[in-house]
Amino acid sequence: MLLRHTPKEIKERKALVINPAKTCQPIGAMYAALGIHGCLPHSHGSQGCCAYHRSSLTRHYKDPIAAATSSFTEGASVFGGQANLVQAIDNMFTVYDPEIIAVHTTCLSETIGDDVAQIADKAKQDGKVPEGKKIIYCHTPSYVGSHVTGFSNMVLGMVKGLAEKTGKKNGKVNVIPGYVEPSDMEEIKRLSAMVGVKTIMFPDTSGVVNSPMTGKYNMYPDGGTKIADLKSSGDSLATIALGEWSSADGAKYLDATYKVPCQVLDLPIGVTATDNFIDALRKAAGVNVPDSVTKERGVLVDAMCDYQQYFHQKKVALVGDPDQLIPLTQFCINLGMYPKHIVTGTPGNKFRKRMEEMFAEADLPYTPNVAVPGDMFLLHQWIKNEPVDLIIGNTYCKYIARDEDIPMVRHGFPILDRFGHSVFPSVGYKGAMRLMEQMLNAMLDKRDRESSEEAFELVY
Amino acid sequence: MPTKTEEYMKKDPTDFKEEILKKYPPKVARKRAKSIVISKGKESDGLEIQANVRTIPGIITMRGCTYAGCKGVILGPTRDIVNITHGPVGCGFYSWLTRRNQTSAPNPEDHNFMPYCFTTDMQDSEIIFGGEKKLMAAILEAYEIMKPKAIALFSTCPVGLIGDDVHAVAREAKEKLGINVFGFSCEGYKGVSQSAGHHIANNAIFTNVVGTDDNGKEGKYKINLLGEYNIGGDAFVIEDLLDRCGITLVSTFSGNSTYDQFATCHTADLNAIMCHRSINYVAEMMETKFGIPWIKVNFIGAEATAKSLRKIAKYFGDQELIDKVEAVIAEEMPAVKAAQDDVRSRTEGKTAMLFVGGSRAHHYQELFAEIGMTSIAAGYEFAHRDDYEGREVLPTIKVDADSRNIEEIEVEQDPTRFKPRKTPEELEKLAAEGFEFKDYDGMIPEMKPKTLVMDDINQYEADKLLEYYKPDIFCAGIKEKYSAQKMGIPMKQLHSYDYHGPYAAFKGAINFYYEIDRMVSAKVWDLVKAPWEKSPELAAAYNWE
Repeated sequence: MLLRHTPKEIKERKALVINPAKTCQPIGAMYAALGIHGCLPHSHGSQGCCAYHRSSLTRHYKDPIAAATSSFTEGASVFGGQANLVQAIDNMFTVYDPEIIAVHTTCLSETIGDDVAQIADKAKQDGKVPEGKKIIYCHTPSYVGSHVTGFSNMVLGMVKGLAEKTGKKNGKVNVIPGYVEPSDMEEIKRLSAMVGVKTIMFPDTSGVVNSPMTGKYNMYPDGGTKIADLKSSGDSLATIALGEWSSADGAKYLDATYKVPCQVLDLPIGVTATDNFIDALRKAAGVNVPDSVTKERGVLVDAMCDYQQYFHQKKVALVGDPDQLIPLTQFCINLGMYPKHIVTGTPGNKFRKRMEEMFAEADLPYTPNVAVPGDMFLLHQWIKNEPVDLIIGNTYCKYIARDEDIPMVRHGFPILDRFGHSVFPSVGYKGAMRLMEQMLNAMLDKRDRESSEEAFELVY
Repeated sequence: MPTKTEEYMKKDPTDFKEEILKKYPPKVARKRAKSIVISKGKESDGLEIQANVRTIPGIITMRGCTYAGCKGVILGPTRDIVNITHGPVGCGFYSWLTRRNQTSAPNPEDHNFMPYCFTTDMQDSEIIFGGEKKLMAAILEAYEIMKPKAIALFSTCPVGLIGDDVHAVAREAKEKLGINVFGFSCEGYKGVSQSAGHHIANNAIFTNVVGTDDNGKEGKYKINLLGEYNIGGDAFVIEDLLDRCGITLVSTFSGNSTYDQFATCHTADLNAIMCHRSINYVAEMMETKFGIPWIKVNFIGAEATAKSLRKIAKYFGDQELIDKVEAVIAEEMPAVKAAQDDVRSRTEGKTAMLFVGGSRAHHYQELFAEIGMTSIAAGYEFAHRDDYEGREVLPTIKVDADSRNIEEIEVEQDPTRFKPRKTPEELEKLAAEGFEFKDYDGMIPEMKPKTLVMDDINQYEADKLLEYYKPDIFCAGIKEKYSAQKMGIPMKQLHSYDYHGPYAAFKGAINFYYEIDRMVSAKVWDLVKAPWEKSPELAAAYNWE
């Protein structure tokens, strides 16, 4: 037993988190910043944060993740990090020549109260920022929210620092894709193009953290949202924000500041959420949904009907980010499954409310367990008390899955031990098809492994 | 055709050094110039390299922080201590099983907390009002659930700033629970690299645990292995090897280790140091306090392993042990030789570069040499000058402000536990036979003349190095892996071994030869360029009209 010390009996914990189902804000900010073309993310704090974030993102995406740090030592922690950041900005523009630097804070620089806006201004006055180059920033203390909040803060930093309004509409719809895989961002763009809507999507990590092999290392690959597009986001027809936690703040800022009307939707995972996204796109741009999209949807629903028997009343435990869990749980319900235990590490009571509404609407014959914020130790204890047929969560779930012999589908962040997430989407109708395939195969593999010789059948 | 090694030897690394320095602002260039030197091989005496100095802000460094060195590296591999990270969630999360430290608890009822991540997950209210109460509550909750024999507390950056006293909380908890609870002031901003964290970890283990239990393992030849972290199962093969030689391993600092091993380590008769950087001072302290001599060993590389075993045997000076060690070496070597012969035709003359933490950038050069490959550039992420230049430079190293912040502990002879392991006559006899205690010559003299040694290399310099020399393989950490591979250069992680291993001792050496063979011979690199990129000109075209 790998998790041999996890008892079945659940005792309330007020102070200790065991096996967290979240991580800290700055990594989300770094990931979002990578989604701007020519951007070098910068971590303002001691170098360990930057090293950990780069390592985690690299392990997940298997691609180079360039980011710099202010490399605080004890002196900077006492006297403030201004000198370090000004020097860092100079060195970054001189040595690495980015188009833009995106600074995020850490718990260290936040606690000492460094004002990055003022420091960035100083760097500019000191002539450390070359003509035409940009600096944006956001505050991401690690003791607030989670990696999802950090992503959201950097998105807000993008529009605050770059968006402009010229008064002339650009005819485009802003799409904030949320904290999803580069493959998902690609898929959201593909779907939007199919619907015939011109979009500005930000951030866009596709092509950046799943970049092609060329024989040359390019610190700034071809992908990423162009600065010109980010500037233009103040002139768009509308903004569609996917995922309340990771995308709403940026969209609302554009709405309040530049009167770009926004809609906040769920991440387009599964049929219902994807339907809502397509419908919102259609209305925002005033176009008809083409048959090709309806056909993709039809193929998915056809498969759901064909395989519903294997999902019917199967119990599932889900752990991850709130933006992902809401549509994932809805998709499981659509498949006829019973979501049993749901854990997110990211705080926010809205999550519980959304879940409860969803359960009420689904008219489930039981009350699922929901922890917000909760950890994976609690999830495991719940599973010990009420076993499930499937676990959906990040790589760290594999310990629970092995100990309890439960099929598992990897989804969310981080995925350290499997391939696919950064190249195959899980959003949109095609993404739902992939998710369904993974879920079904995981459960049927177990059935094949465990069935008696008499019951070992060719046809399912 | 000349081999890559021969081609390299034709180039002058001074030109390369000048070229990379050009790009930096003048102040940065002046600083970096001192951290890049060119080895003169055995003639490198007096060649000085700048090391263990602050990382330059804005330069994309390979380094991590003090917390990473303390919790991640040193305490990470110990299975039966509940390690609680006091701070916001990130630090605990990122150090959760990511170093591939393996462990083997003999029985299902034995403690093994390594798959767990414990953190106080500090929220903003605790940053404002202090987090000591929450920490104490967390300790009590951890004890209630896990019942460990020891709990360790790790400070993260904000904890140091707001002044939470982890040591006071530890004392109080120790009193309350009756188990050993101790804290580490390993805030990330201390020192200039992970090295400070190793120091803080080792000091606290030495102060709080070492020498607290006199009931160590019984055995004729008892040693401690220092600076081995059981990445990918390295410790398992070393343990097996020592066992077969009849050598009793009292403790490992800290691969596959337990609390009791630390507590009883003073009962060993010899300290064998693997990673000089991370732990040499613990060996020094154990010698002063308990009278245990120390020697430098290396179990990376088959020759090095044989040499180390012979050195340990010679120390004990018992013919029975000496014969046993020779027998084990003789048993292991044929398979090693066969593997070398097998891969050599594909690896001979090829080049490697190694930029890793402490000793690994040095030790692994032996493995490459054993299959005919030359290391043409190497450097450390968190070394000090003695790791490069040898221990004789220790008295000349200036202690700067950042190092002064790291506690040095004063150690005296233990009134009851100090016991000289050798008589002066025995020591003299060993010295006369050329046996060296506390010896470490560093990496520079062991590199070939004209090879590059670079401390705290950064992303820009590494990119340039790869472009300029196109080595057959590059070794560093996960952050560096994919930029090298995008250039079509296979990259081996030497921190975590890329999901492979073990590489220690004879069996590990064979694993490594085949792994490197696989990497430098992989067919996939031939596909980097599409056919139309290789020859874009159209030689002929069909004309349909």
